[in-house]
Amino acid sequence: MTVESLLILVLALPAAGALSVLLLGRSSVAVVKGVGLAFSLAAFAASLAVAFAFDPSAAGFQMVSRYPWVDTLAISFHVGIDGMSLLLILLTTFMTPIALLASWNSIEKRVKEYVIMMLLLEAGILGVFTALDIFLFYIFWEAMLIPMYFIIGIWGGSNRVYAAVKFFLYTMTGSLLMLVAIIWLGYQGPLQVGQSFTTDLVKLYEVGPLLPAQVQLWMFLAFTLSFAIKVPLFPLHTWLPDAHVEAPTAGSVMLAAVLLKMGTYGFLRFSVPLFPAATLACIPWLSALAVIGIVYGALVSMVQTDIKKLVAYSSVSHLGFVVLGIFALTEESVQGGVLQMVNHGLSTGALFLLVGMMYERRHTREIAEFGGLARVVPVLAVFFMIVSLSSIGLPGLNGFVGEFLILVGAYASPYLSVWFAIISSTGIIFAAIYLLWMYQRVFLGENLNPKNGSLKDLSTREVFVLVPVVFLIVWIGVFPGTFLKLSGRSTQELVNAFRRATSGVSADAVPSSGVGAESAPRPLTPPVR
Amino acid sequence: MNEPADTVGSLYPTLIVLLPLLGFLVNGLAGRKLASETVSGIIGSGAVGISFLLSLLVLVDLTGRPAESRAYTVTLFEWIAAGGLAVNAAFQVDQLSVMMMLIITGVGFLIHVYSIGYMHGDPAFWRFFAYLNLFIFMMLVLVMADNFLLMFLGWEGVGLCSYLLIGFWHTRKFDTGGYPRGAATTPDAARKAFVVNRIGDVGFLVAMFMLFDATGTLDFGDVFTQAPARFTSGEPLIVAITLLLFLGATGKSAQIPLYIWLPDAMAGPTPVSALIHAATMVTAGIYMVARCSVLFVLAPVTMEVVAIVGIATAFFAATMGLVQTDIKKILAYSTVSQLGYMFAGLGVGAFTAGLFHVMTHAFFKALLFLGAGAVIHALHDEQDVTKMGGLKKFMPGTYRTQLIAALAIAGVPPLAGFFSKDEILWKTFSEGSVVIWGLGWLTAGLTAFYMFRMMTLVFEGEPRFGHDKHPHEAPATMLIPLVVLAVLSAAGGFLGIPHALGGGNILETWLEPVFERSSRILPPSTHGSLATEYVLMALSVGIGLAGVILARKLYVSRRDVVDRFATRFSSLYALLFNKYYIDEVLDAVVVRPVKVGSQRLLWKWIDAGIIDGTVNGCAHALTALSTVARKIQTGNVSNYGLAILIGISLLLGFIIAGWNG
Repeated sequence: MTVESLLILVLALPAAGALSVLLLGRSSVAVVKGVGLAFSLAAFAASLAVAFAFDPSAAGFQMVSRYPWVDTLAISFHVGIDGMSLLLILLTTFMTPIALLASWNSIEKRVKEYVIMMLLLEAGILGVFTALDIFLFYIFWEAMLIPMYFIIGIWGGSNRVYAAVKFFLYTMTGSLLMLVAIIWLGYQGPLQVGQSFTTDLVKLYEVGPLLPAQVQLWMFLAFTLSFAIKVPLFPLHTWLPDAHVEAPTAGSVMLAAVLLKMGTYGFLRFSVPLFPAATLACIPWLSALAVIGIVYGALVSMVQTDIKKLVAYSSVSHLGFVVLGIFALTEESVQGGVLQMVNHGLSTGALFLLVGMMYERRHTREIAEFGGLARVVPVLAVFFMIVSLSSIGLPGLNGFVGEFLILVGAYASPYLSVWFAIISSTGIIFAAIYLLWMYQRVFLGENLNPKNGSLKDLSTREVFVLVPVVFLIVWIGVFPGTFLKLSGRSTQELVNAFRRATSGVSADAVPSSGVGAESAPRPLTPPVR
Repeated sequence: MNEPADTVGSLYPTLIVLLPLLGFLVNGLAGRKLASETVSGIIGSGAVGISFLLSLLVLVDLTGRPAESRAYTVTLFEWIAAGGLAVNAAFQVDQLSVMMMLIITGVGFLIHVYSIGYMHGDPAFWRFFAYLNLFIFMMLVLVMADNFLLMFLGWEGVGLCSYLLIGFWHTRKFDTGGYPRGAATTPDAARKAFVVNRIGDVGFLVAMFMLFDATGTLDFGDVFTQAPARFTSGEPLIVAITLLLFLGATGKSAQIPLYIWLPDAMAGPTPVSALIHAATMVTAGIYMVARCSVLFVLAPVTMEVVAIVGIATAFFAATMGLVQTDIKKILAYSTVSQLGYMFAGLGVGAFTAGLFHVMTHAFFKALLFLGAGAVIHALHDEQDVTKMGGLKKFMPGTYRTQLIAALAIAGVPPLAGFFSKDEILWKTFSEGSVVIWGLGWLTAGLTAFYMFRMMTLVFEGEPRFGHDKHPHEAPATMLIPLVVLAVLSAAGGFLGIPHALGGGNILETWLEPVFERSSRILPPSTHGSLATEYVLMALSVGIGLAGVILARKLYVSRRDVVDRFATRFSSLYALLFNKYYIDEVLDAVVVRPVKVGSQRLLWKWIDAGIIDGTVNGCAHALTALSTVARKIQTGNVSNYGLAILIGISLLLGFIIAGWNG
């Protein structure tokens, strides 16, 4: 089996799983779940094989496959990966079986459809992370909306329809503008070098930066708006708390762990490399929104009364760090941003798993309804503590590595004032406040509510769901190199390409070290600000 | 820095750090199942005990080497590497870190043994030992790290352990003494400690950003080698870096303005107060400033700030200690005050003197806390000194050890505290200013007074506790550590007998190479005359003794004077008792506005009102528009047909024109 077909296999397994479940006919619920889980585990195994076959030192895209699709428009089924997408693929295939296993008992109606939707969601997301043709990317980007819409709208809470529609419309608004930009780019880009319409990303990487600044700016804005909604970047975030609160646990997990990363991935894959001049112009604005998001998300999170909403707002804060890291555009900060996408997926994913387990027991998520749970459910309390500490960014756990790299890179970034990093650093104080305060009110002290007295501690299945995530939380904290190495080359190329492309544009940009100088050393003296 | 690896050199330091971690993992994962206090206690104490023995061997190994090769690094693996940043998990062994390793594992071991007796019968005995071991691990990482980032891991790690251990009895209420009255629980105190520490930690973080930006590395060795050439003395960047590092130190070491968490931290079990909040963790700030001495001496402004904040903290904390009635609160303010002394010493460039006091303070303050624990234990969790008294005859062993500790902290020669405190006072006079010395001198008097006020109220006079309580001497596991610490408190000062008294000041000579680079930058020492040194020494012994005698006199025979004083100056009394109302002020000025602002302004007004209002407004407008548009849908097939025809023609026209043109 060639490595290319290995990647295709990763893409095909979830879709094949969905089809198999559909064809199962009138099988028992257990069989349906079992088949679904088996396919998602197989996809994870295949993605591990992809990771081992991946060469972290090679430049450009790897395991590229290309099949003609719409010949007249030169659109092809063109997929491949680099280090950044590899990490997100691993995250997706890792979290999907966990989400399925977590919702093993909580989904009671239309189990078959549910499993199909989850697998289709995974297939769509994997498509987004592998597509190297922007039209194909757009198809996947839109396609995954549908299963998510149904997951919230069918298996969600009481206000699920409002939340589902809000989610759908918010993201559709952004995507439509992106579609216009994609078509325009397909025409305009190649015109610069006298070629005809193409949506091939690799070709567009060559021509995008050649577009006039004004054209770049409009396209950049159209792409970036769509991604910013997905992230979500302040002030486009209000769909997120509603979607999370209404979504079933597995939906929240997938939403937080993977879906949001499609937005930040979009910045890295499209916004920055295709439109460097526009990126340069917009860096201060986007970074400012990121910093506002960091502080604002944390403060609003602090005063929530619903645990799930609290975690949802904390995502706004954490994703602010990722966006800051991406647009600071130093190797350290982008590496931190990419790792932080994985970290947030693990930590926040695990928080939603835990909140879901609590909800299954008490059918409420109001902080005030809980108290003193540590005595009643000690194992759950320990898991919650570890995951909270990871989310707080305690050194030795995963969150710290990402946040530190982002901040140290943002501070040293030639494109940003040092205040962006300094103000963002206060986010780590607020994170400690909102999470520990919530933890205290839920788990510590005397249990005063008799309804909490007889709660069962975690079952073996639930421990089995959490242990892999916690293992990775600790592993990344101690040995982040395992993952940083995978994305190192790709982020370096991204940053170097950006510097080369913008060296003539702005006086304060770092001088290019010329094509071919792959590892231009970071200037050690602080740039003039 | 790097030495050829041999067993002692490379393996031992690694084991010293990892053994407590192993203890944590064993007790943490299997402790509940072991369900045996003996096993958990032995694992916990044993891990730290072996670390202590290995630290001794490392010390012996170092003393056997020539002075210039007493520093080396043990690299385990590459921790974080991205772009130009490369940070190793690497430990540094040198004169300074060995000294700290010995204090941490030595005092730590004694407190572990003591805890076997103190925590007897606690349902979460195993968890207590797991946390204690985790703390020792983190503290060792802090002092052995060879770079800023790994030190920060230990730095935040000890903060976590502090959080976990303050809130160990998380269902208990505790009396804050002041604000908020009666409403606090131990988790409140724990969270306060963590959050206040994190404010300092952000200072540490930002300082690291600046250092990396300026030097391209976070390794101590590289940063300190580059610093003298990279920074000109007093330039804004180095002043900012050191001030931010010092902000971190004020958090961890409970200095103004971030000292507010330490008194509340007394909500934790007493061995925790002894180990973390007296002997080791709170000295991390002093260690860090000493470790970064090269950076600090390049910023004279910061040095002044350090000295002033230190001495001001020493003085104000001592005044607050005068009126406390909770035995652990008295000791807590005393700790804050003594830490202030250490910073005052650092601030005038007397790094060795500051570290000398770290060591002696670890002995006598751990002893005082453990003694207080024995008393609290004997009186069934009574902490109010006004409800004690006459314990001398019930607990003679505890009393004698406490007396040694109290005399040591009061600065009575020849006990340990005398030498270390006097060294600092002398340096503040000769290298600093008369004002700093004067405040320090006054504080010495206050220290002796509040300490003997406590001793008298606890051990002398008639018993004031209920007849239902039958105090007894502490069990052997608790008493033996007290005795060992008493010996150290009595004799520890001999490591630093000043030249003026004919001593060799062994510690100063030992640590000299660590501060060699910074002493070259510091202005040459002024060396006051020997006569002045003797006069000052006599003055500080004098005020110490005066404090001791006055306190005994007042609290043994003339309680009426105390009471009259308290009534006459009740507002001053309340001011001191309520720690100058700083908690109330912070609550009104910072905590409440942030909370209310986040709730009303950010969440309800901006988030739900403006942003979501706009989104929903757009949706409603669209709905209204669609209601109009719906009228086009007549249900009449011919109308639809017409529309389709128009649409197709337009589309075809567009395609033909577009593709061919």
